Amino acid sequence: MRQEGGLASLHSLPNHYGYMAAVWAALPAILVLLLWMAFESSILHRLVIAQLPQNVQEMPADELGLYYNQIRGFASGAIDSAQLDRSQIEAAEYYSRVAASFSQLKAVIVVLVAVIGTLLALRRVTPLFRARNHVEKIFEWLLFGCSFIAVLTTLGIVLSVMFEAIRFFQIIPLQDFLFGLQWSPQMAIRANQVAASGSFGFVPLLLGTLLISLVALLIAVPIGLMSAIYLSEYASRNFRAITKPVLEILAGVPTVVYGFFAALTVAPFIRDLGESLGLNVASESALAAGLVMGIMIIPFVMSLSDDIINAVPVSLREASLGMGATMNETIRKVVLPAALPGIVGGVLLAASRAIGETMIVVMAAGLSAKLTINPLEAVTTITVQIVTLLVGDQEFDNPKTLAAFALGLVLFFVTLLLNFIALHVVRKYREQYE
Amino acid sequence: MNSMNESSRSSTTIAIQASLKKRYARERRFQWYGRIAVLTGFVFLFILLADIVVKGTPAFTQHFIKLDIDFNAQEMGVGQTPSTGELAAADYSAVVKSSLREMFPDAKGRSEKKALYRLISIRAEYTLRDMVLENPALIGTRAEVWLLAHSEAGSYLKGQVDPATPESDRRVKDMQIAWLDTLAQAGRTESRFNTTFFLSGDSREPELAGIKAALYGSFYTLLVTFCLAFPIGVMAAIYLEEFAPRNRLTDLIEININNLAAVPSIVFGLLGLAVFINFFELPRSAPLVGGIVLSLMTLPTIIITSRAAIQAVSPSIHEAALGVGASKLQTVFHHVLPVAMPGVLTGSIIGMAQALGETAPLLMIGMVAFIMDVPAGVTDPSTVLPVQIYLWADSPERGFTEKTSAAIMVLMAFLILMNGLAVYLRKRFELK
Repeated sequence: MRQEGGLASLHSLPNHYGYMAAVWAALPAILVLLLWMAFESSILHRLVIAQLPQNVQEMPADELGLYYNQIRGFASGAIDSAQLDRSQIEAAEYYSRVAASFSQLKAVIVVLVAVIGTLLALRRVTPLFRARNHVEKIFEWLLFGCSFIAVLTTLGIVLSVMFEAIRFFQIIPLQDFLFGLQWSPQMAIRANQVAASGSFGFVPLLLGTLLISLVALLIAVPIGLMSAIYLSEYASRNFRAITKPVLEILAGVPTVVYGFFAALTVAPFIRDLGESLGLNVASESALAAGLVMGIMIIPFVMSLSDDIINAVPVSLREASLGMGATMNETIRKVVLPAALPGIVGGVLLAASRAIGETMIVVMAAGLSAKLTINPLEAVTTITVQIVTLLVGDQEFDNPKTLAAFALGLVLFFVTLLLNFIALHVVRKYREQYE
Repeated sequence: MNSMNESSRSSTTIAIQASLKKRYARERRFQWYGRIAVLTGFVFLFILLADIVVKGTPAFTQHFIKLDIDFNAQEMGVGQTPSTGELAAADYSAVVKSSLREMFPDAKGRSEKKALYRLISIRAEYTLRDMVLENPALIGTRAEVWLLAHSEAGSYLKGQVDPATPESDRRVKDMQIAWLDTLAQAGRTESRFNTTFFLSGDSREPELAGIKAALYGSFYTLLVTFCLAFPIGVMAAIYLEEFAPRNRLTDLIEININNLAAVPSIVFGLLGLAVFINFFELPRSAPLVGGIVLSLMTLPTIIITSRAAIQAVSPSIHEAALGVGASKLQTVFHHVLPVAMPGVLTGSIIGMAQALGETAPLLMIGMVAFIMDVPAGVTDPSTVLPVQIYLWADSPERGFTEKTSAAIMVLMAFLILMNGLAVYLRKRFELK
């Protein structure tokens, strides 16, 4: 027989019952609050627009948006009444009233949900109730929710970028974007202006991005690979222990610092050097940006190649050395061919880094899109254009702003594809030697 | 005998012996390529750091010029017994200008006088106003006052301007150089530690610009990032290591985490702009949104390192806890996590250091505003240190170049501090 009363008669520790009540009080209330906050502004928007006169409601979407923003600005006291018409002032009063009652309603509902949650939880508290299992189940879901944020983030990126990009492709046809040879996103302010349409040809941006990335890889791959070979095959333990972390400092330097270095030190140096050789070098040459980007990814290439070279079985090396090959013959004819797939994967990862790098090119590369493969000229890149199109005020129905999202979509999928291939290649390579 | 031996060797051996010298030479050359590659990396690092230190060091000092100020009530536009309100609104630039004219009567004409006034920073007016407001008895007296030099005059006094270059190529003109030389010889110039740089926000005038607002912005942004990314990251790592069943959904989550780690940071900025600013209508330019975006960006780093730390905890701790009747959750939170904590913290600090140096996504959500005031909370418009560096680097004023380098030095100092802490934690962890 179970003894009545006392802690021993409880299924779980007392604090588990407390946790349970707390969780039931807090979780539903927080969820309701978050949902409310997410949808409050759009519901307010609908309500206020529905109150406006018929002729206002039939305005084009962008004018209506501006009109609504003025109403909100007046209601919050940011705009004075001189700029507004009568129906706007009325709407603003209506807006303030509704917003006030909404916030009261919000408080009442959230408190109500919390109280109901607590009562429900309290009703279930009995000595035989398995509070610990109950609380832990909820906790496990919470933990799952935290890890599911990674999926939600990806989903958020794809959906938000895709959504705006689709709106862009409704204005600018997809084939014009993908195969157009000219990029000049200056849209006319008025629709009937001369030369009203900007051109959104993506090819020069892609070429510029690839050119700078190629320069970067030409710097980083030989240096990174040779350093990795030297450090893993020749260098003494002590030398390696000091050298590796020092070179990895290069990976920890913020990109904005590299950008500053590229724009103010390297670019003028290369321009002057070119001039003294009789070459015509642009002050924002692709060479300068690529060189500095190359420096940035040296440690990246180095540590990837290091891992991969170390994964080559020692037996292969010993066999080769046993046949009388020198160390460098072993490396070049046995280790590197064996490691090649992995190194290719590493280079692809480095390429995706270079393509997605922003600050160096924003500060050191040009703005005008040119179709050229001459590294001494100024070119522009996808990331530079995203930044230039989006910094400053934006309106979300302008093709200029939407173009940035289309570029973002391309950038996301290109880097995703490169990473996917690279990781696949590296994994296949590792499995080969396991 | 000897000749017998030689001839008995096969032709292959002879061929190999002949090629040996060449092969050894190639071996040595190959080693040298390796050394050169490592050395090149070192040289790049050295040039980068040296360039920044050399450019940035002068920004930590500031020059002051001593002037004899005549607090003439008439010139300041106030009566003989002015009220506090009158004193606050008085014309202090007039007394600075007349003091300069008195000292250098050779300045004739508008443009020369303008050049003369440009020796002193506009801060001088506020220095004098604060002096007079504190001690109204100064009105009608003469006093020697140290006033902040203009950034161009300061750059000459720091020796950054070469008088030998043609006058049209430099901002400091010949007349100004002559005046400054006179002042310097009279002992009226002085170099002091630049406190302005740490105690004020951004400014259009290089000598008045500081990083305080950006430092606070960075602090608030990192605070939001840490409060979101640390608990979420650690809980996600616990789930994936301890609870996740082997199924498709778990695979999907793991693939997503690995892919997010490689997504360009600017794409996270686009996400922040489209979702948090445009859809949820959170305030632009605010550390709140910046922090959310950066936390999404650093989550993969924290999750991956935390998982490694949890994995490294010895299974015996696990089994002992389960053996005495602890539930899975109790085992993790009471026993596994405390042991894994140093590793988890190391990963989080490295993630935070990444977030501290990040610029591109913050440009997308409008943290590029010109911010003079220190933000008071996570919803105030603000900027962060890397963005401030970007803004100054873009500025055409020469005086900002050294500010930029100095700001970079401060940023790098924080990064070194954070990484040093991470290394220290890892070392302590290894000792256990």
